[in-house]
Amino acid sequence: MAGVALSYLRALNRALGDEMDRDPAVCLFGEDVGLGVSGLTGGLQRRFGADRVVDMPLSEQAFTSMATGAALCGQRPVVEFQIPSLLFLTLEQIANQAHKFSLMTGGQCSVPVTYVVPGSGSRAGWAGQHSDHPYGMFAHLGIKTVVPSSAVDAYGLLVSAIRDPDPVVVFAPAGVMATRDVQTAPLRPVPLGVGRVRREGTDVTVVAIGHLVPAALEVAGRLAAEASIEVFDPRTLHPFDWAGLRASLERTGRLVVVDDSNRSCGIGAEVLATVAEEMTLRAPPKRVTRPDGAVLPYAAVLDRAVQPDADDLEAAVRAVLK
Amino acid sequence: MTRAASLYRTMRLVRRFEERAIDLVTAGEIVGGIHPYIGQEAVAAGVCAALRRTDVITSTHRGHGHVLAKGADPGRMMAELAGRTTGLNRGRGGSMHAADLSLGILGANGIVGAGGAIAVGAAWAARRSGSDRVAVSFFGDGALNQGVLLEAFNLARLWSLPVVFVCENNGYATTLPVDASTAGAVLGRAAGFALPAVRVDGMDAEAVLDAAADAVRRARSGGGPAFLECVTYRFRGHHTNEAGKAATYRTEEEIAGWRARDPLLVQGARLPADVRAGLDAEVEEAVAAAVAYALAGPVPLAADALDHLYADGLVPRGKVVA
Ligand SMILES: Cc1ncc(C[n+]2csc(CCOP(=O)(O)OP(=O)(O)O)c2C)c(N)n1
Ligand SMILES: [Mg+2]
Repeated sequence: MAGVALSYLRALNRALGDEMDRDPAVCLFGEDVGLGVSGLTGGLQRRFGADRVVDMPLSEQAFTSMATGAALCGQRPVVEFQIPSLLFLTLEQIANQAHKFSLMTGGQCSVPVTYVVPGSGSRAGWAGQHSDHPYGMFAHLGIKTVVPSSAVDAYGLLVSAIRDPDPVVVFAPAGVMATRDVQTAPLRPVPLGVGRVRREGTDVTVVAIGHLVPAALEVAGRLAAEASIEVFDPRTLHPFDWAGLRASLERTGRLVVVDDSNRSCGIGAEVLATVAEEMTLRAPPKRVTRPDGAVLPYAAVLDRAVQPDADDLEAAVRAVLK
Repeated sequence: MTRAASLYRTMRLVRRFEERAIDLVTAGEIVGGIHPYIGQEAVAAGVCAALRRTDVITSTHRGHGHVLAKGADPGRMMAELAGRTTGLNRGRGGSMHAADLSLGILGANGIVGAGGAIAVGAAWAARRSGSDRVAVSFFGDGALNQGVLLEAFNLARLWSLPVVFVCENNGYATTLPVDASTAGAVLGRAAGFALPAVRVDGMDAEAVLDAAADAVRRARSGGGPAFLECVTYRFRGHHTNEAGKAATYRTEEEIAGWRARDPLLVQGARLPADVRAGLDAEVEEAVAAAVAYALAGPVPLAADALDHLYADGLVPRGKVVA
């Protein structure tokens, strides 16, 4: 197949359309999904009808649990949230209701709902209430959590999330939504829980999440003359591909994690803790994260100041190699 | 069995089930205690008598009456309270999560007001799949101050979904009288969302059944949602753990006044004495068998604690990793 440009947003949109074509139980709930204001759902209401691609009133808590009820009765809803912090508003409905039904009913049912946030993390200039990146929180709660870093993965992971029998949260970081992949093979599902080595190396493994994968690749390129950097993209944060990480660390023996969430109790902390307990390193590892308990300030310089970036990562890689 | 006898039998079953469950709480066989339904039996019996097996309900923290009236097996229900693998939920849910999906019981629920939006989702799914299934959501007066429930009222009316909201106004949310919690009238909440609403004597199962049958018939035939306020009273404390405490929020006179209108007396008076005695004896046997079944059931194995957490069988990491 000749290379075709595929944008990240278009990949998500195609995944939705393909799954709706394939499975009549797949339906879509969200705000302004008819016109597809976020770009995620464009054209789908025209294709599948307004009773399947449902424009919701601004009642996130109700429509999130409505998805649960529909899922318990045979539907397979995808719920779009316009803002990452709407996951805080609906935490009860996702974490305390949808996620707990399978265990609490003794396996009588499951809740196959996919929650998608197109544009998580900083959107530059949207300030404190629109810029969180709470994927680590969902992984902590045990909810399947996916953060695709490229268009091809975005397609494949969203398809797998929709087909999964459990609730899955898909974070599409604002920092990669505008990127394009060169698609060289037919799009396929990407299994949850399987990471991907994006660049092979022998000196240090950089675990990068979401939009920080391109940043890690950039740093690996910058430092190519000095060090051989392996970039490991876990793709799914829960379940995490520990075996994939172990294999990488067996090659490199050094670790840096770059994670766009708050430091304490972030997924970066979990990666370091697990590696400390179960794997072997030649040098102390490092994390590059947002500061503890960060609230993203508005002014561009401040917004950037609290986000991990390529320069921070480069410094951390150098420190680990010393 | 006549309608009158059948209503009486259901109420008698719930009453005796609850009394025996309280004994088992005292005996330490049911840990965590229960929220007894005693006094409110006419609501569950009347509403569920208007439903078909394929209709669905969402229930509450005070849910035993709803679950039994919808047809759950009393032995498996009692086994659930006793935390046995033979319980409805294999001992994974307990009193506040008892469910039987095969009977449309989407579960009791530990969070006040949480069931409404789930029922809306079930009703939406019924509509979408061309089924004439109706969803009923039970909730207390306290739930009328939960935003997500009010959101659910709006969605149900907006789309004319086949859902019946049943408010069991027992006068209190734990210790807080309804007058001290709820601005305006209970029916005013329904009026605000243009939900057809009626107030019924929740101590009279026949009256509840008449009102519920109207609402369910209308919902089933495409006439949209409805709201019932069932005025009732709980004879016992909010929870079994209230027994040892000096609970001063209700007077003895008030309790005695409502006990004089015990729904079992009201309905029992409509039956010939021999019919009543026959039903009492039958229920006695059924409840004794339920207790015996429950206590004979095996307790789960500790090693299986997180069985059913994920529908795809994903096994989470344990407490300590070797
Ligand atoms: C959202 C929420 N808030 C608080 C609680 C704790 N709680 C459990 S039952 C209850 C009172 C509920 O009152 P009501 O809805 O009238 O039902 P009733 O107990 O009278 O049957 C409270 C406050 C809860 N479970 N959920
Ligand atoms: Mg109450």
